[in-house]
Amino acid sequence: MLVGRKDSGRKAIIQVSAIAIGIVSLLVLLFGYNKGTLIFSVNSELVSQIMFFIELILAAFILYLGIRHRKSLTVILILAQACLLVFFEIRFSGNMHIDNNIFLDQFSIIMALIVGIIGSLICVYSVGYMETYHHHYKEIRDRRNLFFGILFIFLSAMFGLVFSNNLIWVFFFWEITTICSFLLIGYSQSEEATNNAFLALWMNLLGGVAFMAALIYLAIIDPTGQLLGLNYLISTGKAVALVPAVLICFAGITKAALMPFSSWLTGAMVAPTPVSALLHSSTMVKAGVYIIVRFAPVLSGTTEGLIIALIGGTTFALASFIAISQNNAKKVLAYSTIANLGLIVACAGVGTYNLMWVAILLIVFHAIAKSLLFLCVGTVENRIGSRNIEDMGGLIVRMPKIAIMMFIGMAGMFLAPFGMVISKWAAIEAFITAPFGLIFIAILAFGGSATVFFWSKWMGKIISVMREQTVIEDTVKKEKWAVLYILTGLVVTVCLIFPLISSILIEPFVLNIYGQTTRLAQANLSIMLMMLCLLMIMPFSMLFYRKSTKYAPPYMAGRPVEGHMRFAGSMGVSRELVLSNYYMTSLFGEERLFMVGASLCWALLLFAGILLVGVIL
Amino acid sequence: MIPEYLAPFIWAVLYILLAPVIGGLIAGIDRKVTARMQGRVGPPLLQPFYDVAKLYEKENLVVTASQNFFVLSYLVFMAVAGALFFSGGDMLLVIFAFTLSHIFLVLGAYASYSPYSHIGAERELLQIVAYEPMIILTAVGMYMVTKSFFVSTIVTSNIPIILYLPGVFIGYLIVLTIKLRKSPFDLSTSHHAHQELVKGVTTDFGGPNLGKIEIAHWYEYVFLLGVVWLFFAWNPLLAIVAIIIAYFIEILIDNTFARVKWQMMLRSAWIIAGTLGLVNLGVLYYLRMVVP
Repeated sequence: MLVGRKDSGRKAIIQVSAIAIGIVSLLVLLFGYNKGTLIFSVNSELVSQIMFFIELILAAFILYLGIRHRKSLTVILILAQACLLVFFEIRFSGNMHIDNNIFLDQFSIIMALIVGIIGSLICVYSVGYMETYHHHYKEIRDRRNLFFGILFIFLSAMFGLVFSNNLIWVFFFWEITTICSFLLIGYSQSEEATNNAFLALWMNLLGGVAFMAALIYLAIIDPTGQLLGLNYLISTGKAVALVPAVLICFAGITKAALMPFSSWLTGAMVAPTPVSALLHSSTMVKAGVYIIVRFAPVLSGTTEGLIIALIGGTTFALASFIAISQNNAKKVLAYSTIANLGLIVACAGVGTYNLMWVAILLIVFHAIAKSLLFLCVGTVENRIGSRNIEDMGGLIVRMPKIAIMMFIGMAGMFLAPFGMVISKWAAIEAFITAPFGLIFIAILAFGGSATVFFWSKWMGKIISVMREQTVIEDTVKKEKWAVLYILTGLVVTVCLIFPLISSILIEPFVLNIYGQTTRLAQANLSIMLMMLCLLMIMPFSMLFYRKSTKYAPPYMAGRPVEGHMRFAGSMGVSRELVLSNYYMTSLFGEERLFMVGASLCWALLLFAGILLVGVIL
Repeated sequence: MIPEYLAPFIWAVLYILLAPVIGGLIAGIDRKVTARMQGRVGPPLLQPFYDVAKLYEKENLVVTASQNFFVLSYLVFMAVAGALFFSGGDMLLVIFAFTLSHIFLVLGAYASYSPYSHIGAERELLQIVAYEPMIILTAVGMYMVTKSFFVSTIVTSNIPIILYLPGVFIGYLIVLTIKLRKSPFDLSTSHHAHQELVKGVTTDFGGPNLGKIEIAHWYEYVFLLGVVWLFFAWNPLLAIVAIIIAYFIEILIDNTFARVKWQMMLRSAWIIAGTLGLVNLGVLYYLRMVVP
């Protein structure tokens, strides 16, 4: 992929490999769904050596870039990380012998399906997107070969990450995702993109240092390296696993862009939209929450776990509030992602069995709906040349299909009976019996109502009908449509079949870890199903009204309306009507709330750090 | 004798058939009492029914066809939410269906590009934001007392819920003020002409569509007062008295306060929910979980 090829050839290769990845992940599902946890031993000496050298090369590469762009923080962090890595390799790896490097359980399968299906769909979509992108921005150097190469490396790294049992391997793939996202964010090579790429890099490197510290801690406790097996480590319980769990969760927090590290994800939107879609839905941030959810059993019932959950909860509430004040579509999506990741971490941090179930469900629903929304926004942006929500008025007339898909995606994010509401509901029911659950219920109640606000006003903008506008979506490419249709279908289907997903994948996994599991009550499921069917039938009522309706211009307090949303003003001037949404920046301004969130979360992190030092000593 | 498994369905059907009648009557009484408070005679008791009947006589005039769909969905999901509630369903599901139906109303108002209905829609949304936390806390409070989210269990629990949840009840009264479109929180659309910005969220609905909105509102009345019933469910007589008093208080507030700005509404609703509601639940939580 990295070598230069003609456009047409590249497209075919990308499509074929995307389909192949999708099929392989489905095969994994078929192969592994009923087998519980499978552990494979691979002769690892050579692989580990290769990984070590790749990491050193990457570190040198980052070091070079850091020095060239004079980013001292990055340089310091990468040096720290490299030193730790070399120290670890020299001091410990000689005595270590880890057999079980790869494992496969239901959670890995779920993650693999998300990465394999959604990730590869995004790759297919991005072929068309990048063509238009370079058509629009002539000044940006065309490095599409690199771009697609990195996309696929990114996906491979995600696969590696979710199937690795050996924590050293997890760390290797972890670093690869960091560097891939760094390169993708900085793709356009503008000053802003470069700065934001380095922002993402240093924050994630900070997490990487914590991860490395966890590895060294484990190696000190147990020089034979048995504890470095993720599966074994989690089963050893709180006494041993708590310290590395908290360190690795810190890495997870940086990667999942919770406050105070949320700025890297909002900064990452300078990248081409498919990259955002990938970062937000199936890769990167999902790697962060994946590892935290893995450690949920260790965190459950500990003060440290509660603190991590509080960081998640604070992030959920404040990011939801901030999203109200944003008019940049991608930024709204970004804050909504941050909020949902916060919720997932809150669930995992409290870590009871039913909350783990909720967390996994949230990961699934969020990945699908959010990727759809990003790709829709990307398509709209390509066509109308703006990502401002205020410019999306009347989209239902201009781009009817896209608008309906966005509609479904948004409904998936906040309306009953779609995915995220199911999870929110399950979360309330789960928190109510959990220790300190009331705090999180309050956070959910207030933050949740904020999400209702910012999604609905966006929906309202899309459907507000302005006359005399033309359809402009006919130039959108075929494969883009295909991807969008599939994702829209997925949003609806997954709502329909989630009880099945839950019973064959999530419940066995939770049962395996906690010895008990949970699900939604049967009666409620059938009611939800009925609601969903009702929702699908309702639009047909439009047919019924088609003939009988008479049209009138919108009410303008008696002012005569002239043509395209103009009305006769005083003194005979014709004025255009412009409507804009509420943003309420005085209450929900980004700067103010981010300061609050960041300081709260730093304080919580500091507290967790102090506790941790206490445990180690 | 009716078999027990049919009871929820019968309740749902009864609600769907009778709620508009009861709701309409309540609206009629409301108008009568309000008129008396203002020193007027007031319309006949059945005036709301005459109004809606007249609306259905008119032709269906819309700005865009999708408004029909949104209004119909609003009505249908309002009925669904209420039917779920009266058939003893899960409170949280009822609340989500309730929110869904309101989102349809808001979207219908957005769909017409009139500045008045736009502002109405934004304000209706703000109202949803203002009351939603409290209504969820109400459900959570009921769960903490009765150990169930199911209305059927809550009703038959025989626990005097109000004694455990006085703070939550006061918070719920605020929700009631917002939802019954009573001043000072009747921001999106009001029953009173004197403080209305044209007609708020319903500006661009007319004829049968406006009639549907009225009927949906009647469904809503019965559902909202049904929640008040839950607080007193152990004693039906007391419950009816409580509903009457609560409604009377709402009318009194309606006639003694002027409309406030949205900031004031949002702050007061959230502060009440955050203090009275949460403190109430916190105390309960402490008593239940920490001091077993």
